[in-house]
Amino acid sequence: MFNYLEYIREKNFPHIWCAGCGDGIVLKAILRAIEKSGISLDETVMVSGIGCSSRTPGYVDMNTLHTTHGRAIPFATGVKHGNPKLNVIVITGDGDATAIGGNHLIHAARRNIDITVLLYNNYIYGMTGGQCSPTTPTGSRAATAPFGNIEPPFNTSGLAIAAGASFVARADVYNVANCEKMIAMALAKKGFSLVEILTPCPTAFGRRNKMASPVKLMEWLRDNAVPAAKWKKMTEEERRGRMETGVLMDVDKPEYTAEYEKLVTSLRTGK
Amino acid sequence: MAEEQSASKKPAVIRIKLEWCKGCEICVAFCPKKVLVMEGGKAKVENPGDCIKCMLCELRCPDFAITVE
Ligand code: SF4
Ligand code: SF4
Ligand code: SF4
Repeated sequence: MFNYLEYIREKNFPHIWCAGCGDGIVLKAILRAIEKSGISLDETVMVSGIGCSSRTPGYVDMNTLHTTHGRAIPFATGVKHGNPKLNVIVITGDGDATAIGGNHLIHAARRNIDITVLLYNNYIYGMTGGQCSPTTPTGSRAATAPFGNIEPPFNTSGLAIAAGASFVARADVYNVANCEKMIAMALAKKGFSLVEILTPCPTAFGRRNKMASPVKLMEWLRDNAVPAAKWKKMTEEERRGRMETGVLMDVDKPEYTAEYEKLVTSLRTGK
Repeated sequence: MAEEQSASKKPAVIRIKLEWCKGCEICVAFCPKKVLVMEGGKAKVENPGDCIKCMLCELRCPDFAITVE
């Protein structure tokens, strides 16, 4: 048994998320990963934007910031720049981070600023009523795509890799041990890290896509989120519609706040 | 106090906080030993003796409602 009560604001429970929403499963994985990483809660700041997942900071007993739609990363950038010693965690969703906040995401990755972005991908705008997001799969139904989505989705992890992120992983809440592990690795990484976490939204996505029950959505993750070792052995045909999980990118490169510090020092000392 | 060395052999103590359980059925559906059932829209411990303490129910409960010791 893990003592979650040490880390949460118990008075705000039960939380607001729907029955079977994956957001609570991710939150628990984050708390275990934080404990495992041994990072101090006093030196950790959790920043979110707007959306169902962005309610997370309200439930954790640490320094928290609930900001405006799509702007969690800019706020987090400011926090990290102001005090580079802090561990800065961004909680965001597919709508928040890849649509309205899409530019912030790619530029933070390009800059390689040392923040950890935990991007909950539930393929839909849950809070506002089930509109298509940039990750809604082609053919899936949404409030704005009642006959099925005709657009191709973003590969969010691929986007972060292309933009220059130093650590990118994908995880899902069915394989919850891997989810915790990927979050712990991202927390430990010096540089911009992103974990795309596949998580069910039974209310806005599942109900429209013949997976109304949370169990159905978990089974869908079980059958379609594939660990890297198995993925490597799969044919193109078998991969279609499925998602690879595990570490997708892990490189070391100059980190933004450290480079800034170097510049300041060299200007001050003239060296 | 519990003795450490025999901890893993002790029967599991599974607790469900009914005020927080939203009845999603995730714990029930994926318990490998069918220890849990649904009753009145909430999870209920039915066969605690079969529990192998895999912890999957606790790990996957979205509502912090089930714990295994
Ligand atoms: S609408 Fe979807 S994402 Fe939002 S709380 Fe409900 S299940 Fe979770
Ligand atoms: S710990 Fe494992 S075996 Fe025991 S009730 Fe939970 S899921 Fe079932
Ligand atoms: S997983 Fe949690 S919330 Fe869902 S039925 Fe089981 S105890 Fe209740």
